[in-house]
Amino acid sequence: MSADVRGLVDDLLDGHQRALARTITKIENREPGYRELVSALYEHTGDAEVVGVTGSPGAGKSTLVDKLTETYRDRGHTVGVIAVDPSSPYTGGAVLGDRIRMASNVGDMDVFFRSMSARGNLGGISTATADAVKALDAFGKDKVIVETVGAGQNEIDIVRTADTVAVLVPPDSGDEVQTLKAGILEIGDVFVVNKADLSGSDRTVQELKEMIQLAGDTGSPASGGGHHGPDQHALGDAGGDTGDTGAGAGAEDDGWTPSVVETVATDATGMDDLTDALAEHREYMTRSGRLDEKARTRTAEEIRLLLREDASGLLERELDRRGGIDALVESVRAGETDPYAIADDVVSPIEECLDERE
Amino acid sequence: MSVDQTQRSIRCLVAKVGLDGHDRGAHVIARAFRDAGFEVIYSGLHKAPDEIVQAAVQEDVDVLGISILSGAHNTLVPKVIEGLEEYDAFEDTLILVGGVIPDEDKAELKEMGVAEVFGPGTKMADTIQFVRENVPER
Repeated sequence: MSADVRGLVDDLLDGHQRALARTITKIENREPGYRELVSALYEHTGDAEVVGVTGSPGAGKSTLVDKLTETYRDRGHTVGVIAVDPSSPYTGGAVLGDRIRMASNVGDMDVFFRSMSARGNLGGISTATADAVKALDAFGKDKVIVETVGAGQNEIDIVRTADTVAVLVPPDSGDEVQTLKAGILEIGDVFVVNKADLSGSDRTVQELKEMIQLAGDTGSPASGGGHHGPDQHALGDAGGDTGDTGAGAGAEDDGWTPSVVETVATDATGMDDLTDALAEHREYMTRSGRLDEKARTRTAEEIRLLLREDASGLLERELDRRGGIDALVESVRAGETDPYAIADDVVSPIEECLDERE
Repeated sequence: MSVDQTQRSIRCLVAKVGLDGHDRGAHVIARAFRDAGFEVIYSGLHKAPDEIVQAAVQEDVDVLGISILSGAHNTLVPKVIEGLEEYDAFEDTLILVGGVIPDEDKAELKEMGVAEVFGPGTKMADTIQFVRENVPER
């Protein structure tokens, strides 16, 4: 390990804000040595509880994250927040505006808030987010919150790096057909109807509950799975009226029935209900072994991803040795060969090496 | 074996500090920086110097642009700079001040460590070029 990386890791573990900030920058920029860095942090991770928060633009995510952070801070936990905003597909530029909403926690250096832009690199942002979460975890944050707009696959991949996912649904957000659609509503462990003081919120709560019940009836995978006994449904007092949504229907089949919580983030109404619901999900994950399972899946994906990166790096080198991609493209254009033959050709020496090892 | 593809982007914090509610200029700058391909974090209005410091440190920005139209620059800017020094963030942050700054104060601000002061009528392209040319190497 280079001295630079060692120094940075030591400073980060010592609690220097600047070192943590710089580490995340290196991760984000994929600067030379960032892998070494993440690798060195790895053994210090695993203690933070990671919560993902997503929802449509203007649903109140940042404000909710602010109040959630404040609630955790009041209870003595340290908090790290990563807020991902989209970047321009044209210039790559971005305005990262989530920080403005963190009004309740300004000046509190035990809250580390970092804005990240989805830099348009396919799949890359979820890796960068996951690595930044590791940095916050190694730094010693008790709670890490990852916030992102739930617009597409990229965002869904981001929040899936969290142990518990809260999906914000604003009141009056379409009729019940919307709840049938695939996507963001499938990934919620906890649904938050924010702006619950607006009209239409009761109906939205009702529609979400029907959706959840339907999921229970048809045995769709939702986020649960496995047989863990009927006590899963003891959802307790989260929101007062959140439990018991799947009563009687497939009560023994699915593991976790998503809860529905009502909040008004601007005045912190419902924050205790929300933290209770998050804690219950966490407790369920631990008790049922799902937390371990999820961590295992994540590690496997991580290994595969790194291997793909490395393998494609090796192949790039092989391409260069053969005169570069442009020359190969030319030969295809000239009708001498085709992309499939080239791919076979480039990979064959690697295959031979592997065969020899067997 | 390294396939690291560095994907660096210039990060800027556009900050409104003190009791000054005029943010049109800050919005215009934020938008122009975005269109130049920078990543812009906007602080929001009425921030105290230590809030700006916290944001600049945690966000690890390359550029800190402070917008002041209240005339309090001689009080507020030194506080921000002191804060950055405290977190070892002063050396590699390019500090710019924009707004209504009397000529006689400009030299003093630069003395403190402000890289440039942009007054009314500055062309956006000039500001962007200045950032590109002077962004600290890391």
